Order: sequence, then structure tokens, then C-alpha cells
Amino acid sequence: MNFSVVTSQFWQLLLNGLAVGLIYVLISLGYTMVYGVLRLINFANSEIFMIGTFGTVIVTEHVLHYTSGHAALHGIHLILVLLLILVVSMIFSAVTALAVELVAYRRLRAKGTNRLASLISAIGTSIVLSESVRILTKSAPVPTPRLLEKFNIFTFHGVALRVDTTLVIVGALVLYIIVDRFVSKTLLGKAIRAVSMSEDTSKLMGINLNRVISATFLIGGLVTGAAAFFYMQVYETTVFNVGFNLGLAAFTAAVLGGIGNIRGAFYGGLTLGLFEEFASAVIGGQWKSVTVFTVLVLVLLLRPNGLFGEAITQSRV
Amino acid sequence: MNLRDKGAEIWEKWGRPQRVAFAVILIAIVGLLPFGGNFSFTSFLDTPVSSYQAVLVYPVGMFVLMALGLNIVVGKSGLLDLGYVAFFAIGGYTAGLLGEYTSLNTWEILPVGMAAAMLAGVALGLPTLRLRGDYLAIVTLGFGEIVRIVALNTQSLGASTGIAAIPTPPKTFGLIFDIEHSNSYFWVVLIMILLVIWMVRRFTVRRPGRAWEAIRQDEDVAILMGVPILKYKIWSFSIGAAIGGAAGVIFASKTQYVAPNEFTFNVSVLILACVVFGGMGNIWGVVLGGVLLAYLPERIRFISNARQLVFGLTLVVIMNLRPDGLLPRKKREKLGAKAKAEKEGSNV
Repeated sequence: MNFSVVTSQFWQLLLNGLAVGLIYVLISLGYTMVYGVLRLINFANSEIFMIGTFGTVIVTEHVLHYTSGHAALHGIHLILVLLLILVVSMIFSAVTALAVELVAYRRLRAKGTNRLASLISAIGTSIVLSESVRILTKSAPVPTPRLLEKFNIFTFHGVALRVDTTLVIVGALVLYIIVDRFVSKTLLGKAIRAVSMSEDTSKLMGINLNRVISATFLIGGLVTGAAAFFYMQVYETTVFNVGFNLGLAAFTAAVLGGIGNIRGAFYGGLTLGLFEEFASAVIGGQWKSVTVFTVLVLVLLLRPNGLFGEAITQSRV
Repeated sequence: MNLRDKGAEIWEKWGRPQRVAFAVILIAIVGLLPFGGNFSFTSFLDTPVSSYQAVLVYPVGMFVLMALGLNIVVGKSGLLDLGYVAFFAIGGYTAGLLGEYTSLNTWEILPVGMAAAMLAGVALGLPTLRLRGDYLAIVTLGFGEIVRIVALNTQSLGASTGIAAIPTPPKTFGLIFDIEHSNSYFWVVLIMILLVIWMVRRFTVRRPGRAWEAIRQDEDVAILMGVPILKYKIWSFSIGAAIGGAAGVIFASKTQYVAPNEFTFNVSVLILACVVFGGMGNIWGVVLGGVLLAYLPERIRFISNARQLVFGLTLVVIMNLRPDGLLPRKKREKLGAKAKAEKEGSNV
């Protein structure tokens, strides 16, 4: 136990926690949106994330042909390349998400069967995805070439704001705001919210259920892919089971904020990221997940619907 | 065609002597299973890594036992538990600690391990069983991970190397328990499975079983009918936990060694898959699911690298073809659910 870290490194921990938290926000959007429309935990979301990280590697290394020793890029060139990689990662994840919906959920939904069957088929899909990648990569971690020179934008009293941290914080915030605006303003967003309130009523209102659900998976996949891109800019290595712990944490974040609720995912992700960073500074990194889950249990005890309630899904039977 | 209903029909037509005779014959056949690998034409039963007899104990017997325990929680009372491995681990570590520091033998440790798992079940259940299904799922998932991480980071529990040299059970009724004699373990596990099946069948027709059924079908209605749902949920949870703990004790004394990496989330998923795959809520379906999902991955070890991949594919395909599992629960229970759905539909 070392509480002095909290005060001595407060700003540094705050910055790192924000970056981690915002990555969680993006991944947990995938969980929370799918949960909103389907009332199902999308177990394959961690694999959707994993495919996104590999998408980043594939496009950097095999399409753009940057190697690990490549000199850092600068200026407009850098921005364009990063944008391209971001878009490709998002597409990788989105395609995976759509495939997961088709394979694991659609048929079972048409049959109208129990929820656990969908859960098991999602778990099956998740195993298939991660095992295929494990076999292809021979279980080895895969690094991605560093394109971004990781200099500190400024240092102040030992607090360093690194360029990749900034990229994550700004990029994730922008994406979150886009998703939030999209869901609350556009017609498709309205349809998504309608389906998450009542499937039957929205069908009566002429909403094409399958289309809305596919769109939800698509959006969830896109943001998860973006999260994968940001993750790779900071950590630069991926492995076939990279999604497991991150997925767990992101799902915890979604529950923390009240699952099915987009704003909840935002606050939940930030809370979790910050808490995790400070807690592991105080009691050691190996206890990170334990503290996270302990807090989750406590929150659920005191506020069983998550910290921020269920604004989107009022009634749930 | 519904095999489950056909079976139940025949069973209900039988009188008591026929039922007893059938049960005795069935138990005898299963009890003699370990010898089934001795003939030349059955040698295909041997799996590439371990002998057929060893596989019958772990994973097959253990998985069936744990799947039956989890079935009480998930299948009977409809509580989604994603951290069942925690109770298995608690049983295993109890056996490890008590075997190392005390002179208790496995049979004396067994009730202690079950009690420890049960206590953990109550401690986890009391706060969390008030929550809705999906929150319960994530909290139990977290609990499973917490138990593993605590074991991984605690020096007195052996950290990542775990506890080794756990004593095997003493010679009992002329049966020797060691690495050479898998059959003895098989019979012990078989007796435990039979006890659990008997217990679940008794429960099903009595008050707890009816309470679980009510909770599973509609919690609100159950409350209105005066079912003390928290009490029965905790009972279901802790009985399931105790069975997991028992499996853990036997597992530890069989392998003589426990380590955190034996108790990962994958085990929870696999056991849940046994339950859902075989047919939730139906004992025979769960047994079938446990046998298939435990045996097949061992049998196809020759494609070792793609083993898990094939497993995942099987899960997806079977769930899409038979969403209620291979042997679903009784029709009349499902009819009740269907009537309820129709009633709800008319209210909208």
C-alpha cells in the first residue's frame, strides 16, 4: 500500500486513467448498444476488438508496407496515414460484428428461443474467432510498426502529456460525441432507441427489426474497431487473446454505468479507467482486476441499476 | 421428434419393479464402463493423450458432476452463473491446504471443501442474487476471476505454481486410489453423480423444485405467490456451489496438484456449455452434454491445434440447429412458457 503515489503522481495518473478509460468507453459502447436492442451480452465483442487490433497491424505492415524500423512520419502525411489505418481497423471490426450477428444471433432470434442459446452460440463464435487467430499467429504476440513519434507535448512538474495519450483522449472523445449525437438525432438512431424500448411496438411502427439490429452491430463494431486502433497506438502489440481482459473491463464499465445506456457507458468507462489506474498505483498492478470487480459488486449492491440508471431502457421484464 | 418426451412416456407407463430394474441395469452398465476399453474392438475409445479410463474420470466424470451442479443454478432456477469455476477452485484449494497442513484424508476433507464452497456461494449470493440476470452473470464472472487472481497472487497458496503433492485418498473398501487406478476415482465420481441426480429429482417434485421452477418462469409472479425467492435462490446457488466444491476436492486428490491456471474462465464457459448444449433443466440432457463436450475434445486431440476451433464451431452449429439443447426439458414445461408468451403478446 502506497498512498503517497496518489498525491505525488496525481496528474500523471489522471491522464493515463483518462486514456485507458476512453478506450473502455469505446469498447463498452459496443456492448451497451447491442445489449440495448437485443437484451443480450455480446460475448464476441472482445473478439471483434481483437480482430480490429489485427486489422491495424495488417494495414500498417502488409498494405502500407511500413516495417518496424521505419522512421516516424510527420505532418499531414502522418495524419492521413493514421486516418487510413483507423478507418481500415474500424471496417475490420465492423465486418466481424456483422458476421457475428448473422452467424450467432439472427437465426436463433428468428426461432424466438431462449436467451442462453444465443449466449452459447456467441461464446462459440468468440472461440472460433480467437482460435483461428491463435492458429494463424501461432500464439505469438504481434507488434505493429511505430509510426507516431512518441514525444511529450509538454512536461510540467514531472507530468508528461504524451502525443499518443493525447491522440487517444481527443480521438475517443470525438468518436463518442459522434455516436451519442447519431443515436439521439438521426432517424436510424431513433429506430435503435425505439427497438431498445420495445421490440414489439417498434415492429408495429414499421421499423425493420433486422435492419436496425444489423445497424446496431455495425455501429458497435465501428467504435470497437476505433478502440482497437487507439489501443494499438498506445500499446503497439497485440495477441490472439488481447480482447479477453479488455472486454471484461469494458463490459464491467458498461454495467457500472447502467447497461443499455450510451451516456452510462461513457461515465462507466471513465470511472473504471481512472479507478483502475489509481488503484493499481496504490496496491500494485497484479490486483487490478480484483479491485475493479470489488467496486463493481459494491456499486451493484448500492445502485443495482448501475451508477447512472437506465435512461434508455426504462422497462425491462 | 422429442426423445425426452418419448423417454418420459415409457418411464411413466412402467411400474415400480420395472423402474428399479431399469435403474439398476443402467447403473451397472455405467459402473462397468471403465472395462469397456479392454477389448480390441473398443480400443478406439482411448484418446491420444490419456487412456480411456483416465478420461472417464477427468474430464468426463468431473464435467458431468459439475454440469449437474450448475444445472441446479442455471437450468432449474434460471440464474446465469458465469463463475462456476470459482467453487471448483475453492474445493480444490481446500483439499490442497488441508492435505498439506493437516493429516485429514480426502474423505474427511470432502465435507469441508463442500462447506467452504457453499459458504462462498452464500457470501456471494446474499448481495448479488437480488440483482437482475445479466448483472448476476457479470458479478459471478468477476468472482470467478477474483478467486483465480487471489490464488495467483497469494504466496501461501503457492502463487502461480500452486500446491503440489496433495495426498490421494486412502485405500477404501479394498480400492486403491493412485495414478495407476483411475477406475476407483471413476466409481467415486459415479456415486457422487448418482447422489446428485437423486437429490435433484427429489428436489424437483418438492417445494424447493417448485419454487425454483416458479422463479425461473416468472420472478414477479413467484413473489406474488408468496415464494421467498431470495431464500430459494440462495439455496439453489449454494447447493450448486457445494457440488462444484466436491468436484474440486476429488479433482485435487486425483491430479495431486492445483494451480491457478486450471481454474480459468474457460472452465466456467465449458461447463455452462455442457448444460445448455445438452438441454437446460433436464438431467439426462445435461449428462449427455457433459459426456459429449468433455470426451470429444479429448478424442480429437490428434487435431490438437484446431481442437478448440472445432469445439467452438460445434457449439455454434448445434445451438443453431437445436437451440433447446440435444435433449430439451419436458414439453409441458415449455408449453407453460409458450402460453405465457402468448398472453403477454395479447397485452401489448
